[in-house]
Amino acid sequence: MKVGVVTFPGSLDDVDALRAVEIGGNEAVPLWHGDHDLKGVDAIVLPGGFSYGDYLRCGAISRFSPVMTEVIEAAGAGMPVLGICNGFQILCESHLLPGALIRNDHRKFVCRDQRLRIENATTPWTSAYTEGDEITIVLKNGEGGFVADEATLDRLEGEGQVVARYLDVNPNGSLRDIAGITNERGNVVGLMPHPEHAVEDLTGAGTDGLGFFTSLAAHVFA
Amino acid sequence: MPKPEILDPQGKAVLGALPRLGFAGVTDVRQGKRFELEFADEVTADVLAEVEKMAETLLSNPVIENYAVRVEQ
Repeated sequence: MKVGVVTFPGSLDDVDALRAVEIGGNEAVPLWHGDHDLKGVDAIVLPGGFSYGDYLRCGAISRFSPVMTEVIEAAGAGMPVLGICNGFQILCESHLLPGALIRNDHRKFVCRDQRLRIENATTPWTSAYTEGDEITIVLKNGEGGFVADEATLDRLEGEGQVVARYLDVNPNGSLRDIAGITNERGNVVGLMPHPEHAVEDLTGAGTDGLGFFTSLAAHVFA
Repeated sequence: MPKPEILDPQGKAVLGALPRLGFAGVTDVRQGKRFELEFADEVTADVLAEVEKMAETLLSNPVIENYAVRVEQ
């Protein structure tokens, strides 16, 4: 599959994401925030970083960049979209995912190897995992507290839209320990920790993140 | 402004700093944003409606924030 990774001004993890896509067995295609062009990709990753300097709110300005018009349309048509960290924030600002990410409750930037439990292994980004799998990948954020109103949280839980949950510690004050969610259709996934930093033994916390990038192939050919 | 039910870590930091400076009696602090928009012409009802739209789509995130629009001469 051709997987596009969007670079915004201020993206940090776009190159790691491109690399992870290739290691996961897919073709990585760089996409540019200023283009109204998805270059024929089959899936899209919105990477981590500080797009547009996090001005106004994290992801608020990126959401209105030219490429996002295409991403929102493609997501609506069912294309798999994965937003990691800043990408998750952009997906929430785009209303492709419910809720919002706010400043960590303890007000400090957090950077740690984080244990997670995969709660939904049916999305195109998590099908390489089994529900209940416990993985450890890097978490690094300043504004990673997931919030939504009670009714939305209940719906996310009830409909199986919680994709991953924090284990051991809640690193940022996310309600109900939510680390990642998906939309009703299940094609759009937002995740605060960084699977793209955990795909090789050389660096990072191991290779537990690789599943996010091998799932696509498994999903298509399943 | 962050909605009342949304945690405001920045406001909490300010709340914690006030007693250290000797200011007593403050029970809560909420920190928000203020935007000043300038217009060359008169701010008519139509313009105000546009500003409401700006506030709702870009300036605030209605999921976590409330906003109010005010005209000043």
